[in-house]
Amino acid sequence: MPRPGFVLEVDRSTPPILTWHGEGFRLERLPPERSRVIYAPEPVAALDDPDQAIQDALLAPLGDSPPLPDLLRAGMRLTIAFDDISLPLPPMQRPDNRQRVIEAVLEMAASAGVDDVVLICALALHRRMTEAELRHAIGDRVYDSFAPHGLLLQHDAEDPDGLVHLGQTDKGEDVEINKRAAESDLIVYVNINLVAMDGGHKSVATGLASYRSLRHHHNVKTMRHSRSFMDQHNSELHTSNWRMGRLIAASGVKVFQIETTLNNDAFPKPMAFLQKREWEWSGRDRAAYIATTKGLGRTPPKLARSIFQSIKAPHAMTGVFAGEVEAVHAATTDAVYAQQLVSVEGQTDVAVFGLPHICPYNVNSIMNPILVMCMGLGYLFNLYRGKPIVRQGGVAILSHPTPWAFHPVHHPSYIDFFEEVLSETTDPIEIEKTYEERFATDEWYRHLYRTSHAYHGVHPFYMWYWGAHALEHLGDVIIVGGEPAAVRRLGFSPASTLTDALEMASDTVGRHPTISHFHCPPIMLADVS
Amino acid sequence: MRALQVERSLPRFAAARVASAWRAGAGGKVGPLRLADVDPPDLPGADWVRLRPRLSGICGSDLATVDGRSSQWFRPIVTFPFVPGHEIVADTEEGSRVVVEPVLGCAVRGIDPPCNACASGHGHRCERLTGGHLAPGLQTGFCAEVGGGWSGALVAHPTQLHEVPGGWSDEAAVLIEPTACGVHGALAGPTGDDQVAVVIGAGTLGLTVIAALNRLRPDISRIIAVAKHPVQKEMATSLGATMIAAPAELRRAVRRATGSWILDNGQLTGGASLVIDCVGSTESLSDALAVAAPGATIVMVGMPGHISTDLTPLWQREIRLAGAYAYGPEPMAGGRHSFAVAIDLVAQAGLERLLSATYTLDRHSEAIAHAASAGRRGAVKVAFDLRTEKRR
Repeated sequence: MPRPGFVLEVDRSTPPILTWHGEGFRLERLPPERSRVIYAPEPVAALDDPDQAIQDALLAPLGDSPPLPDLLRAGMRLTIAFDDISLPLPPMQRPDNRQRVIEAVLEMAASAGVDDVVLICALALHRRMTEAELRHAIGDRVYDSFAPHGLLLQHDAEDPDGLVHLGQTDKGEDVEINKRAAESDLIVYVNINLVAMDGGHKSVATGLASYRSLRHHHNVKTMRHSRSFMDQHNSELHTSNWRMGRLIAASGVKVFQIETTLNNDAFPKPMAFLQKREWEWSGRDRAAYIATTKGLGRTPPKLARSIFQSIKAPHAMTGVFAGEVEAVHAATTDAVYAQQLVSVEGQTDVAVFGLPHICPYNVNSIMNPILVMCMGLGYLFNLYRGKPIVRQGGVAILSHPTPWAFHPVHHPSYIDFFEEVLSETTDPIEIEKTYEERFATDEWYRHLYRTSHAYHGVHPFYMWYWGAHALEHLGDVIIVGGEPAAVRRLGFSPASTLTDALEMASDTVGRHPTISHFHCPPIMLADVS
Repeated sequence: MRALQVERSLPRFAAARVASAWRAGAGGKVGPLRLADVDPPDLPGADWVRLRPRLSGICGSDLATVDGRSSQWFRPIVTFPFVPGHEIVADTEEGSRVVVEPVLGCAVRGIDPPCNACASGHGHRCERLTGGHLAPGLQTGFCAEVGGGWSGALVAHPTQLHEVPGGWSDEAAVLIEPTACGVHGALAGPTGDDQVAVVIGAGTLGLTVIAALNRLRPDISRIIAVAKHPVQKEMATSLGATMIAAPAELRRAVRRATGSWILDNGQLTGGASLVIDCVGSTESLSDALAVAAPGATIVMVGMPGHISTDLTPLWQREIRLAGAYAYGPEPMAGGRHSFAVAIDLVAQAGLERLLSATYTLDRHSEAIAHAASAGRRGAVKVAFDLRTEKRR
């Protein structure tokens, strides 16, 4: 039986703690008697037979939904939407959950004689996936059956002819989604629920939406009132999506939701030490750590990035839930929590987050400085339920090389955001007010989003808003080992070592602050009392 | 009197060129510039006057000379040994305070009838820079016979003098000449509607161009300034630049401002309609060509030299490349002379603040080094202070 998450109180016998640092890691010694390390639960057991579990879920759905075969008939229009490259992290070893589920759904559709089937990758404002990425997600068989016939689409949030406005919620939020999906007799949405934030009404209301629609919840106010994104009932982001999802349903759009959960087995065997508690490292783990860090020390950054991006996680499916959206998501959330929740008592003055090489928006790409901010303050900071692990006015210490580097194809508007916007202000409200519309409507960004592999022009703004709650909550942010000019442009303070960072933090939180080290990945969720 | 003098010495020019390749301004120590005790220049004619400089600025063209990087183009239109310094505020023997318009055109040289350019009021385009009763020299500060501002005394023709308005400081007055150059450059480009202008370089010239564009060109709605150093960025913004970009960020800044696209090789589909190059290097002209829109005008205000760049966009996009040298009548300012416009501009825009440091002549090496790295050292204009020079 896997062990639950664990909070280690650091004493003088505690070994140095592994801290992620981009494409690498460091062993950091934490001050004894006032530091703690939060460890993730061990991976929960995988489903014995995922394919059978999928069948069972489709035939015995949750909520008031009929079984999937009962919703399928000859002559109908069926749209299968699925999550994009941002999930899971790292990308999982084949077969991906999406492939397993889509193949099962297609089998049932074929049996029912459904021949108008279109697959849509639910990009929202993310970049279009490459052929190789799509093949990895949905499998060669599905890809070869649909793509050559133009039946595998990637959602285009800027296609004036490909969107339909379904109305406004009672809060005045526009609901505009993919026209093909909205006009189908049935949407089957296939999720990978890596964290509790994923899925539910957010799948269609965000994944298949337009900028006009998304701006109602991807904004500073909503982000600041989502505490956290991982706790649906305290997340304004989710409240807004739920309003939209209910309007979508009321508009007559039928959604059959399929959500799959994973365990947090994030790294293959040779890197197993990354998931272990340091005092339990074997001789082999120590050797692997030394060999890896020494090797990385001699590896050019570009090659190191390429090596880390090639990692495929041995994530295993732990649950599959299908049927009516809200009932499905409630079951999914329970399963995610069962894997990820760690009880943590109270907050500390300082939180240390080692940032890994990957976040949802740099798969096969570069973790640019804006994504460093988003990963640290948008994601890791928000992996809590109750309250953040660091107190109001406390200090977040991030560890990442933070290179002044951008992927020119994937992140063109990020470069401009970094050069122009952040050189003027880092205040999310000011940024939203002064710059968002210009970037969101820039024709060049729009062109690159629609035809190349670029994130939408407004996407870097959303990354910044994602960290808006943390920016408001924290007294200071320090990045260890980052490129000083890039760190300063973010509005943060650079430090050479963790010791220096703690010294700098003392200006904000006093001489002997309490410290939490969030030992992530693997992913977990701090349940802070 | 004491004077800084540039001698025709090939070894010293060569040494300056080598030294300045390592560090700009290093030619001040090893190059052709020497502090010497010399006789004041004689009056070339009865109507000429003697001047005692109070302040004299160090210009980019002076630095190029001291560092041995000036173009051979100037060889026949200068005479050695000359005393540099053409940004001059000085006292006349009658006690009035003047700034010098340094161009040595036909009127100054006693040539009558004047050349066509001088006859039309464009003395800066004079065709007789080697003629008349004066030794060759395109300006005061490059002619052995009239002296220059980096000394205790020089001579000037009355037509070269502009009286300093009452109540002005010397520090403000010494900015008039470089500001006149900036005015001339800013008013050289064609007019249009809602134009985006790019100013490359944020030294004295660049900043005065920005000030002139901001106050004299209502058709320019946005000014993108290329600046490297914090003081330059701050000054450019305060003088009217609407966007500041580092050199490497220029293309993207222009793209954002003009709504154009960037193609695979980094070229813009559109660009700015007016680009003013205040640097005059291969890099700056290449940048100018990269961000100039089809049909745009590039004005070269900074003194260039040998430049190697791809002129394909100039041809394919019908870009006009125009020089803007010195000063003259400004049609866009109702025909007023650049100097007159500059006097107003210095006062209105508070350009006195561009003067960052002054040095005495005996500290000329430090002065040259400071001027050559002004931006990096948080400065803009550096000048010699002659007010304590002994009168003889």
